[in-house]
Amino acid sequence: MATPVITGERASAGAAVPAAAVPARGVVRSGRAFLGRALDSPPGQLRLAGAVLAALVLLFGAVTAWQVGTRASAAGQVASSSGPLSQDAAEIYRSLADADTTAASGFLLAGNEPAAVRQRYQDDLTTAARLLAQAAARASSSAEAQRWIAELNQQLPQYAGLVETARANDRQGLPLGGAYLRYASALMQDTMLPNAQRLVSAESAQLDQDYGRAESAPWAAFALGLLALAALGAYQLRLFRRTNRVFSPGLVGATAALLAALVWLLGGGLAAGDSLAESRTAGAEPLRALDDARTEALQAHAAENLNLVDRGSSDTYTTRWSEVTGALGGAAAGAKGPAEGSLARAERLAPRDAAGSVTEARKQFATWSDRHKQAADKEAAGDYDAALQGTVGAGKNDTAEAAFAALEQQLGQAATVERARFKAAADGVDGGLEVLAAGAAVLAVLSAAGVVRGIGRRLADYR
Amino acid sequence: MMQTVRARALVAAVALAAGVLGAGTSVGAPQGAARAQAPAAAELAPAADTCDTTKSVPPGKDVNGAKIRKIRERGTLVVGIDQNSYHWGYRNPQTGSIEGFDIDLAHAIAKSVLGDPDRITFKAVPTARRIDAVKAGEVDVVIRTTTITCARLQEVSFSKPYFAAGQRLVVPKSAKATGVDQGLKGKRVCAAASSSSDSELKSNRHGATEVTIVPNQLDCLVLMQLGKVDATLTDAVLAAAQAAQDPTIEVVGETLLAGWMGVVVNQADTDLLAWVNQALLDYKADGGWQRSYDHWLAGSMGSSDQYAYKP
Repeated sequence: MATPVITGERASAGAAVPAAAVPARGVVRSGRAFLGRALDSPPGQLRLAGAVLAALVLLFGAVTAWQVGTRASAAGQVASSSGPLSQDAAEIYRSLADADTTAASGFLLAGNEPAAVRQRYQDDLTTAARLLAQAAARASSSAEAQRWIAELNQQLPQYAGLVETARANDRQGLPLGGAYLRYASALMQDTMLPNAQRLVSAESAQLDQDYGRAESAPWAAFALGLLALAALGAYQLRLFRRTNRVFSPGLVGATAALLAALVWLLGGGLAAGDSLAESRTAGAEPLRALDDARTEALQAHAAENLNLVDRGSSDTYTTRWSEVTGALGGAAAGAKGPAEGSLARAERLAPRDAAGSVTEARKQFATWSDRHKQAADKEAAGDYDAALQGTVGAGKNDTAEAAFAALEQQLGQAATVERARFKAAADGVDGGLEVLAAGAAVLAVLSAAGVVRGIGRRLADYR
Repeated sequence: MMQTVRARALVAAVALAAGVLGAGTSVGAPQGAARAQAPAAAELAPAADTCDTTKSVPPGKDVNGAKIRKIRERGTLVVGIDQNSYHWGYRNPQTGSIEGFDIDLAHAIAKSVLGDPDRITFKAVPTARRIDAVKAGEVDVVIRTTTITCARLQEVSFSKPYFAAGQRLVVPKSAKATGVDQGLKGKRVCAAASSSSDSELKSNRHGATEVTIVPNQLDCLVLMQLGKVDATLTDAVLAAAQAAQDPTIEVVGETLLAGWMGVVVNQADTDLLAWVNQALLDYKADGGWQRSYDHWLAGSMGSSDQYAYKP
């Protein structure tokens, strides 16, 4: 029933070394004539077993280097590309939204617009332009992200031009300035911010994907490593039974090198996973929650200012204020919406060294809400000027605007801490994995060399 | 069809624009974009001159009138105004205060009713909501360059006329237009939603290929400066106000839909309407009207003779 070439005259030899023949049997069928001669004798069988073992070990090395290398590059992407890019995208959104709100504040303050408000607008535009240029320069951004970056790059100067036209008209005392500001704001709210939001989504998705690739376990490498180890062990056992020689230094060395590579793979993989998890839980995830809260705070601030610009022509902004602050502070019992506000969520997810700032920001949010209510009551009573003063009054520190600024500053501090935590945890993970990939390859080569040497020694016994 | 779709899209876009800084629109774009189809229906019917638009209730001051008592109790007159009509009702971008010819009139009425010209609460009202805001009682009166039309008289009351009204064409000087039909032929024209110009363009496009409807006439000037429309049809006085803000444009051609402007009052508030008519008479008599005209309008509109209502 066995292969006809082996049976017959070589039946006794085949029965004598079943262990050597077993791993070779599959190969035998494909190269009958050649292998038939090779397996003709115990040395031939030894040689074949050695070749298969060495190939298995080398395959393990190659697969490990490839799989770990892929994870190293993904971890590198997380640390140096998709991580920073997703943070930058959120910052681009924030800068653009803040620029628009600040322009509205300047309009409300009319001739009293302090230099600081003007400066803030300029800083927002500068930040957005700088981050867009940086993002565009990163070749690793996805095609989708590049598309939104290109659109924003084209729209930003248009927006700035419209706002400057508005200012020039304002300076001449013409209401046309207000009309230009509306037009600019519509470009921002209806086109640019949605584009920036798409950029944030694209970069976030990329980050998640890179995390997924970096954190996935290299199962094929593990499986091949264990298989090679088992084969090596089994082979040595058979050899021991047949020859009564306990040690073959080459084979033992091969086993040790393979074992070392496997242990390193396991340990290094676990360590990298830990660091990545840390960068996610102390960095990327709390940063995302923080970005949500900051965006909502900005939206609430915008609604507050635009309601005053709107001067009672609709309740759109008061409604939006209620919605957005509800999302920030959490819905009251019985009201719809999640009970945990985005500020509370940012606080819960924040690492310990950033939580203090978020807690402080929550206090400022309460102050802001109180002052907003006072101003809204005044407006409802028909005292527009008092409402305006209570909301944006220039040079005053008991306004709603001042409380918002304090909140935003605290959230900004928390973001700085979380960004640093992300960087500290994510940086270097890829380097460790690269060394692991190279090391596993070298150990596999050493192990294969050990196999060859160990079997060479046994072959010498037959001469 | 194509044009209609494009025009709709533009309406939506500009309505959104108005949304943000509330030129006085019902900001959330959707309402703006829908451009108040329902209430506009009656209003936009061609103004059949089947009624006397200069007729109103006789002037008088009845301190026991229900509405007058209510306003006095409240202590402030709530006036619907515009923030975008240069020299008429606009927010001075340097001071942030609301000023203009219509605003002076509002102060005069507040002084008459409450004894203090500053006991007044201004509410910005989009062009398309002028009539609804009065009907719904959101404001006591609307003083916002509103033309008295028979269609509008079906829904609200008007005071006696206080200024001549009509629709005129504004174009860049470079267009070298001479008349409305000649200036609009093959052009893209802009008008404010639910304005008399909107109504006119509904019944006669005057050869325009595309009609863009925006919440406020001033949005038309922005679009015209940006080259997105070629011409604007608006109230004669607002056309003059646009020309006063941009020396490269001019008001050309004949006046369409000539008529009068009045103060808008709820039909139920006859006591307030009588009081406003009395206040208008007093305002004319004590020279307030002329002083305001000289301050705001003489510079861009010349003599007041052709604009004043002389019963």
